Amino acid sequence: MPGQDLFSTQIFNYTTIAYFVSMVLFIAFIATRNKSVALVATIIAWIGLGLNTAGIYLRYAESAAMGFRQAPLSNLYESVVFFGWSILLIYLLFDLKYKQRAVGAFVMPIAFIFMTWAQLRLNDAIAPLVPALQSNWLTYHVITCFIGYAAFAVAAGVSVMYLIKVNKEDDGSSSSSPAGGMLAMFPSTKILDDINYKAIMVGFPMLTLGIVTGAAWANYAWGTYWSWDPKETWSLIVWFIYAAFLHARFTRGWVGKKAAYLSIIGFAATIFCYLGVNLLLSGLHSYGA
Amino acid sequence: MSAQNRTFGTALWDFFCSLKLTIALLIILSITSIIGTVIQQGRTPEQYLQVYSERTYQLFETLNFFDMYNSWWFLSLLGLFSINLIACSIKRFPRVWKTVYEPVLVPSDSLYKTFSNIEEMVVAESQAQVREKIVSQLSSKFAAPVVTQEGEKTHLFAQKGGYSRFGVYVTHLSILIILAGAMIGSIFGFKAYVNIVEGTETNTVWARGGGGDIDLGFTVRADSFTVEFYEGTSRPKLYQTLVTVIDNGEVVKDRRPVIVNDPLKYKGIVFYQSSYGPAGDPTFGFRIRNRATDEVAEITVRAGQRVPLPGGGSFRVADFTPNYQAFGPAARVEVFPPDGARPRSFVVLQAFPDFDMQRGGEHIFSMTNFGQRYFTGLQVAKDPGVWVVWIGCTLLIVGSIVAFCLSHRRIWVTIQPVGQKTGVKIGGSAHRNQAAFSIFFDDLKKGLKDELKG
Ligand code: HEM
Repeated sequence: MPGQDLFSTQIFNYTTIAYFVSMVLFIAFIATRNKSVALVATIIAWIGLGLNTAGIYLRYAESAAMGFRQAPLSNLYESVVFFGWSILLIYLLFDLKYKQRAVGAFVMPIAFIFMTWAQLRLNDAIAPLVPALQSNWLTYHVITCFIGYAAFAVAAGVSVMYLIKVNKEDDGSSSSSPAGGMLAMFPSTKILDDINYKAIMVGFPMLTLGIVTGAAWANYAWGTYWSWDPKETWSLIVWFIYAAFLHARFTRGWVGKKAAYLSIIGFAATIFCYLGVNLLLSGLHSYGA
Repeated sequence: MSAQNRTFGTALWDFFCSLKLTIALLIILSITSIIGTVIQQGRTPEQYLQVYSERTYQLFETLNFFDMYNSWWFLSLLGLFSINLIACSIKRFPRVWKTVYEPVLVPSDSLYKTFSNIEEMVVAESQAQVREKIVSQLSSKFAAPVVTQEGEKTHLFAQKGGYSRFGVYVTHLSILIILAGAMIGSIFGFKAYVNIVEGTETNTVWARGGGGDIDLGFTVRADSFTVEFYEGTSRPKLYQTLVTVIDNGEVVKDRRPVIVNDPLKYKGIVFYQSSYGPAGDPTFGFRIRNRATDEVAEITVRAGQRVPLPGGGSFRVADFTPNYQAFGPAARVEVFPPDGARPRSFVVLQAFPDFDMQRGGEHIFSMTNFGQRYFTGLQVAKDPGVWVVWIGCTLLIVGSIVAFCLSHRRIWVTIQPVGQKTGVKIGGSAHRNQAAFSIFFDDLKKGLKDELKG
């Protein structure tokens, strides 16, 4: 509806700024190796997550005030904002466990880019749900899918770090060169590989749940749990790629670099599944419209 | 069997058991699946020929690209995938079963060397005392150990979470179950659709993909169809059909509302609200007042039908819409004056009965009724395999959680005399989440040290 002036949109603006500042500080941390910079960056990331959460709740309240009792996951704008939230959640949980601050420089940009896109380009108006989306399955389906996507985002971020680090090491340039110096703040390749694997171990079952809840919903609403609609097919493609990643662990010659590439390809496919399908292909899923 | 045959057989078996094949298949499946998302599936040849040249069309047709997910080559890939899964499981399962249920009770030195969690100590207490203390510690903090005596050496073995090794097998089995469920559905079920005009009934539906009529064995009547919009917008709020099911002359479901996301189920056949459309031309009820005489006439017309006006001339509904800019039904009326002059054309909205007054025409039109009959489009599906699929999905999720979150942890202890003293060697391993296990192991080790020293 035109002319809505939403407070939640304001909050999402502040969220985006917080993510930007945090991202810049993480990059500064890699350049300066100053640990307090990383700490401040992490705190700002937490504040951003808090704002993001508040914004989502507020949007729920704003819809309710307009008479629409619906989860704030009903259009592309809301889904992108929720994606930003999911990425921060998964990233910060991994940060609590691993405390590898340099990772922030590679994950925060993903959240920042998506939030910026939502704020600048997407329609933030609240509209009531069309009949196809009037189902509780929507909530379960979207939450599980997006937690999965977010974990894949973290995995892709560390995979990029892994490849940078391994390629520098292969170059033979030691840590005395300036680039090597930048890499000093990177976790070891072993830890990067471990985070990559662990993130996919979080993401894969979530994606599985997302596909299953989607199938359950489709079966309930349309009578077919699987109709090879482009969105469904792409989610299966993503699932195949990460299944390949998991099995690659058991096969010699498929670990390390190849696993990192698979993780990045998997995330590219994830983004295509999320956005490309709606923007470039046609099908049942109506978010992009 | 000749040696050559055996080597061929072995090679084939190894091929099917290979994880490289798994990865290759997963990647091939990902890449080929893309084709069907780029080329629209299941359209008519005419529709394809509008997009593709004759030659491209022939090529794609030969490659089954227009129905690729049901093509022989895609189904073969899935078949190969299943064989790979089964072969791998047959090969590995017995080994894993043995690892858990027939564990190594007498660990060798080389086994100890494989552990990253290991501790050796020499204490003053007697073997029997040491053994008793370790057994009690392990029992309370971990799991009751199996004690094996081998000459002077005493070996303890304790394990936890052995079942978690089977999570992977449950996951893999679940995929086969889902595929089996899908097969049951495609053999014994059907997917169909039917359009029913309001007030009429049917007992057959049309198979999707052109499989002909399907007899339901009972009768379905669409009593009415409604579409509602959010106030002041053209955004749909509700599509609803009232459906009555009549079986053997008896009404078994009476005017049951079928809406999107709430289907109707009867005898394993499910009806889903999926589309709607106008059935035939609508009828319009007008109240027409002659401005000069105040004479009022009630006239009902069909769209396009030209009818005389009281006091001369005629009119017809030239055009209409069921929802004009969110104001509801509207008709464009053309009035033909008696003198044969050019017809005058104007819009009448049902929602504003007095609006036409301001036009200043000879006749004042108000629309009292907009009678549009609709047909409702229902998807009709029967899928006796769907329960198998849901069992498979449940196992898939349970299996992956077990496979990823739980781990099989094992601890071995060897107690042996070292001169007058007693030597203790402890080793442990976890098949997953080693970091957490290391913390536990260090804790256990510390507890034992304190116990044995004190
Ligand atoms: C042709 C198909 C497949 C074959 C032959 C296969 C085979 C295997 C094998 C041999 C393992 C290692 C088990 C072990 O020794 O611990 C494994 C692990 C696993 N597989 Fe599969 N697999 C296949 C497809 C799939 C698919 C489609 C999934 C999707 C859910 C899947 C999920 C898993 C999981 C979750 C693990 C455990 C991974 C880990 O421990 O990191 N598998 N698979």
